[in-house]
Amino acid sequence: MQIDLRTVSIKPLRHTFDNIARRIGADKPASRYQEGTLDMQQEANYHYRPTWDPDHLIYDRDRTAIRMADWYSFKDPRQYYYGAYTMARAKQQDTAEANFDFVENRGLAATLPDEIRDTVLALLIPLRHVAWGANMNNAAVCAYGYGTAFTQPCIYHAMDQLGIAQYLTRVGLLLGDVASLDAAKQAWMEDDTWQGLRRYVEDTLVLRDPFELFVAQNVALDGLLYPLVYETIIDDVLSAKGGTPVAMLTQFMTDWHAETRKWIDATVKTAAAESAGNKTVLADWIVQWRDRAAAALLPVSRIALGERADELTTEIVQQFNARMAKAGVPL
Amino acid sequence: MDMQAAKKKLGLKERYAVMTRGLDWTPSYQKMEDIYPYVAYEGIKIHDWDKWEDPFRLTMDAYWKYQAEKERKLYAIIDAFNQNNGHLNVTDARYINAVKLFISGISPLEYVAHRGFAHAGRAFPGPGPRVACLMQSIDEIRHAQTQVHSISNYNKYYNGMHDFHHAHDRVWFLSVPKSFFDDALTAGPFEFMVAIGFSFEYVLTNLLFVPFVSGAAYNGDMGTMTFGFSAQSDEARHMTLGLEVIKFILEQDPANVPIVQRWIDKWTWRGYRVLTLVAMMMDYMLPKRTMSWKEAWEIYFEENGGALFKDLARYGITMPKCAGQIALEKDHLSHQAWSTFYNYAAAANFHTWMPDDDEMKWLASKYPDSFDKLYRPRYRFWREQAAKGNRFYSKTLPMLCQVCQIPMVFTEPGEPTKTCYREVDYRDDKYHFCSDHCKKIFEDEPEKYTQAWLPVHQIYQGNCFPEGSDPTAEGFDPLAEVLKFYNLEHGRDNLDFEISEDRKNFAEWRGQATRNI
Repeated sequence: MQIDLRTVSIKPLRHTFDNIARRIGADKPASRYQEGTLDMQQEANYHYRPTWDPDHLIYDRDRTAIRMADWYSFKDPRQYYYGAYTMARAKQQDTAEANFDFVENRGLAATLPDEIRDTVLALLIPLRHVAWGANMNNAAVCAYGYGTAFTQPCIYHAMDQLGIAQYLTRVGLLLGDVASLDAAKQAWMEDDTWQGLRRYVEDTLVLRDPFELFVAQNVALDGLLYPLVYETIIDDVLSAKGGTPVAMLTQFMTDWHAETRKWIDATVKTAAAESAGNKTVLADWIVQWRDRAAAALLPVSRIALGERADELTTEIVQQFNARMAKAGVPL
Repeated sequence: MDMQAAKKKLGLKERYAVMTRGLDWTPSYQKMEDIYPYVAYEGIKIHDWDKWEDPFRLTMDAYWKYQAEKERKLYAIIDAFNQNNGHLNVTDARYINAVKLFISGISPLEYVAHRGFAHAGRAFPGPGPRVACLMQSIDEIRHAQTQVHSISNYNKYYNGMHDFHHAHDRVWFLSVPKSFFDDALTAGPFEFMVAIGFSFEYVLTNLLFVPFVSGAAYNGDMGTMTFGFSAQSDEARHMTLGLEVIKFILEQDPANVPIVQRWIDKWTWRGYRVLTLVAMMMDYMLPKRTMSWKEAWEIYFEENGGALFKDLARYGITMPKCAGQIALEKDHLSHQAWSTFYNYAAAANFHTWMPDDDEMKWLASKYPDSFDKLYRPRYRFWREQAAKGNRFYSKTLPMLCQVCQIPMVFTEPGEPTKTCYREVDYRDDKYHFCSDHCKKIFEDEPEKYTQAWLPVHQIYQGNCFPEGSDPTAEGFDPLAEVLKFYNLEHGRDNLDFEISEDRKNFAEWRGQATRNI
């Protein structure tokens, strides 16, 4: 059955703004993602050069080695504008909150075998600093990248990483206390296990090419870290030993990685498909940062995997290579 | 570990500290100055970033929750507004020109603020201000997008805003707001925070954002009003950040005080010049007025701002010197601006008109010292001319101020019949200014302001004609070619409201929606 509610209908003069119509055709209504993204960044006639970077324009295609005829070729498959983004995250946050409540109210943290709890504290809590670095790096890509299609998802990603650092902090406080956070920070600063990873993060903090930074952080480091820590160690290895409550506390990260990698892959794919030159630059960056990330993560993964660390890390790297090949960059 | 022992519950402040600054560390593999390269060159001295007081304590989980709730409500209202032809409920079609001014002049600035705060949110070595800036960065993209989404529906039915991004980068008067934000973004991160976080968001927001949103509410524009009200709690956070930034910088070192004072002087004046557009909007473009520009300035700057600067006096900060001149201009600003746009209505993306008798009466009551004496006779003359078919559109390009980029139409302080001109010779060229304050800003940083992309100069240099046009060809019409370059359609997007398609359509559609014709 259909009922026919009537509204006064007036024929519009146009369906959307001209800049959108030039891209999608004048006869179509535009989506909110399109209207909130396309050409949002100023393009021409900047008045002054940045006093902090006088060699470049305010927004400058030349800050990166990646060349695009049109930086709006990038599309976020999630079609996130601010509203869509916050609503999606609020929903995930509801789930995360329910999971934390579930673990807390049933005292599940106390039921964890000591060995599992210690492993989780030793492995997960220093990662809050890695997420913090990722927050800074995505802020930089957003600030210095070109074109809203490329930079917009990075501010969302930056805030997500801050959220992840805060979830990890809560895990630390739930399974331990403030002293556990301090101990993890000390390990991050001093233990050999973490120095490779800390060096990696600090080295990315000085990268000036926003696209290389995107690759070093979002593609290479997180492309290995999330499958290794959240999918393999927590959801698989530790759950099998009675660590399922931990998997509940980190569900946000697992789901988040599965979601955000679609955007990351689409971005790599678009840049690589643009030209052979881009493809070469990307492959060089990805190989270089992948190898460093894999080496830095190996001692970290030993915390939970012991002797199986090499084997499982190699496996993750192979999966990563297959993922990149699918995104158009065979390594 | 004894899990039975009761855990110490963290207080709000401690909890927020472990959730933010506890995440930070002192690097050892890279140098601080390489990680934070932009923080030293402005000369601001910070000794202890830990002294930063977080202006609000919002973790991401709470942020997502609150913001998503607001977004759900906002978009439900926008949808209802669109479905019900809410645009036909505005007071009259002249109001829509305020919306055009907003989308082409202000919304693009929200986007620049987003990028600027991402830059500031990466640039500071202190984790506290970084987090606060990033939250503002993501809020600002929200504001840019909710404005575009709300106003999108107006664009479907009315002219002038169909290519607002393109216009913002090119149209002569839009270089006023654009150069303002470009100026802030190209300054160092501390100056950016004083310019935008403090001067703009804290001192001037009640004179910029609020008049538009209140104007929308008074004129039945539910779409625009709703995004304004929805942004209110974000703005409150931004204001507390702006105030904290100032206090923090001033408390860190006495040597910061004169630098900050210079920035406050500069940005109050820069901001005030941009507000020229708001002043004329308030006094002329809203069919139902909320208050006069003069009243707004007195309440929000002279009273509220006065109290603020009294509070800042303990740091050695004084009221910006330009306040004296602004007080002298408040009886004239909006009238001089509207007269200018009335004249240049052929080259703008919105319509202008002469106020009717009731509106003249309102203006005279709000401006008893200036309106009847100086501006009413002028308007009467223009009205008579228009009635005779001589509606005048100036086709000569005005001289622009090198700093604020407004045509040099303002009068000498205290002498409202004498145009104010200032000039400076710098490296073989002569530069022109509308005021002592713009001149001073130039003299402090001539290398910066000589770079300005002045629309009038650019037109005369032939940089604002469509590709392939030949200025030497017979019958070349420069204005027509510039309009093409702006992507404005002559006769639809510009000229007087009386003869506009907007006016005609609005009357027809409102009839269609309210009567049986």
